[in-house]
Amino acid sequence: MSNAHLLDQAAALRDDLPADFQDGIVESIYADAAAISSHTVSRDSQRARLTADRLLDRALTHRVWGFAVMGVLFFAVFWFTIVGAAAPSAWLYTLLVDNGHAWLRDGFVALGSPAWLTGILIDGAYLGTAWVTAVMLPPMAIFFPLFTLLEDFGYLPRVAFNLDRLFSAAGTHGKQSLSMMMGYGCNAAGVTATRIIDSPRERLIAIITNNFSICNGRWPTLILMGTIFIGALAPPALGSVVAAGSVVTVAVIGVLTTLLVSWALSKTVLRGQTSAYSLELPPYRRPQLWRTLHTSLIDRTLFVLRRALLMAAPAGAVIWLISNVDVGGTSVAAHVVGALDPLGLALGLNGVILLAYIVAIPANEIIIPTILMLTMTLGSGMSGAQNGVMIELGPAQTETVLIQIGGWTLLTAINLMLFSLLHNPCSTTILTIWNETKSLKWTSLATLLPLTLAFAVTFLTATVARLAGWV
Amino acid sequence: MTSGFQASSAGPACTSCAIYNSANLAKLGVETGDYDYVAAVAGNPNTGKSTVFNALTGLRQHVGNWPGKTVARAEGGFTYRGLGYKLVDLPGTYSLLSTSNDEEIARDFLLFGRPDVTIAVVDSTRLERNLNLVLQILQITDRVVVALNLMDESQRHGITIDVRHLGRELGVPVVPMAARKGEGLPELLEAVEQVATRQPATSVRRVKQRNAALERAVATLSDKLGQAFPGLPNTRWVALRLLEGDPSTEQAVRDGTLGDLGRGAAEAGSARPTGTAAR
Repeated sequence: MSNAHLLDQAAALRDDLPADFQDGIVESIYADAAAISSHTVSRDSQRARLTADRLLDRALTHRVWGFAVMGVLFFAVFWFTIVGAAAPSAWLYTLLVDNGHAWLRDGFVALGSPAWLTGILIDGAYLGTAWVTAVMLPPMAIFFPLFTLLEDFGYLPRVAFNLDRLFSAAGTHGKQSLSMMMGYGCNAAGVTATRIIDSPRERLIAIITNNFSICNGRWPTLILMGTIFIGALAPPALGSVVAAGSVVTVAVIGVLTTLLVSWALSKTVLRGQTSAYSLELPPYRRPQLWRTLHTSLIDRTLFVLRRALLMAAPAGAVIWLISNVDVGGTSVAAHVVGALDPLGLALGLNGVILLAYIVAIPANEIIIPTILMLTMTLGSGMSGAQNGVMIELGPAQTETVLIQIGGWTLLTAINLMLFSLLHNPCSTTILTIWNETKSLKWTSLATLLPLTLAFAVTFLTATVARLAGWV
Repeated sequence: MTSGFQASSAGPACTSCAIYNSANLAKLGVETGDYDYVAAVAGNPNTGKSTVFNALTGLRQHVGNWPGKTVARAEGGFTYRGLGYKLVDLPGTYSLLSTSNDEEIARDFLLFGRPDVTIAVVDSTRLERNLNLVLQILQITDRVVVALNLMDESQRHGITIDVRHLGRELGVPVVPMAARKGEGLPELLEAVEQVATRQPATSVRRVKQRNAALERAVATLSDKLGQAFPGLPNTRWVALRLLEGDPSTEQAVRDGTLGDLGRGAAEAGSARPTGTAAR
């Protein structure tokens, strides 16, 4: 190529330049920008500018009060979600699961549909989607708008600012707090958001730990467990408060895990310098209420619901199949659950939960319906449900089913919450990690490290609880 | 500039009227169809790029009040007065100098994608800092419209901006806006059409190096580049990158892809993957 001489020429010219000439490039731009703005911008010093913003910032990013406000705000969001979702969830349940399923089933039978077809379509796919809609739609329709309002207002960068000190202590990039925030919506989006981190080392840490941000698919599991097992321990008047508190606690454990794993990684396989960076605190803006409601309902809620439904329909069909295809007189599901039971029980869970997590690798959203359907199918049969029919119970009866048929204890519920927080990312996220890193090594680590951690932690809590005689 | 915003390049009364112009806008969503021009939306993080993008395309890219939401390129389309535009929303960046993934996506698109217009969205409450990026964009392309956004906020904070003077200093059209409320959109469309369809202004602001030795080196190398790649519009900027030893620019010189810029390869940028992997 004849163009190589240009590179030689550039190298020669560079040698004649002072060593710090690169600073000069930036300085010239800054000087020009300063000159232009000094001629075009004038400020009315009479107006108290930004003072309200500054006062608010002083409180929201305070070393102590910043964290207190954070706790209270997130607690309030979850409390509203839990309290507000109860009635509409029950209503949707009656409509879609109790009545809708019976009508559809009768319709299919009347049309002369064969039992296996009715089973797969109505008792499998339809019930799966109906369950997911009833359980997930109301909490999401409350949670997302509230979260989006906080985001529009400009609160999220303040949270990032507060957490920055902790992240730098963990040896990672402060912008990791922003990608972590994205992860609370969806881990795949959170992994993509790590592109804002320049250093490959710190970016990998952010990718690997993003899993500990609880995504949309996992909130419903936590909220349901918190409501029916932990909230139930408190007097009825305080139930929702305790339930919200338990969900916040799991989220806080998630943040601590993120910090701990980040610290461990930056001390071992991903050693290196911590980058300096600047985080801009944007001005507070009055949230646009209607637009926020509209976009968070249409874009986020329905988007997530659509994904859940797309996953729930085939999963429902698969569960119906493995519950109804017999090998040696026992269903395939029973064989697998039997094999997984020893491991599950050692972890304070059970075989049904582990099987549900295998079925639900494509989407965490369907964990709870899968667990309930398998528990009912494989249980002692006292409910009288047909094999593979997803149960027709409201959240209120769910506890009874899990305790009486599934043999669940408080430990099972707590460990399910912990397992849900820590376990491997969903297949979409794993694929995104692969796309972002193009490395089998880091994709495997990002998948297996959380899973190992989930096994270790649940085994530990189960062992401690048993030794202490709590269960 | 105390109430309402007037574009610095206001046309005849009728054509600058909001109703007239909005009537000529057809939002095409992701359907870019057969477009005549490529327009890019660039700017600092959290200045309202995605809001401008959404207003023009009718799409609903996620917008939120924090920097770093848009890390990939989003594309959409609109037609205005019968001309089709493909609009590309770039990640928000503070500069085009460093090497993070999002900055590279923005820089490469401006350089290799050769948009016919670049809408530089600027936060009017933080003009000086935002101008740093605008000046860097002007080093790469002279087909620029500055969207002086968040005018409602700067007014609320008692900040007054001499829009005409800013336009003269930069040598490109400056349109005051409050994109969230849809204010200034007709004027923006007018300016975008002007820049896209006409010869670029000759008076565009190009930062001169204050260090005399550096300025000489840039001028020398820039001349050579002009000879090697006739028609290359941003020789001074490329010269600076070569002096810095920027690997991707050196590569573009070595394999001759830089020469495509002189021939106006508008699609070269689209062929590049949006999300290059972590290095």
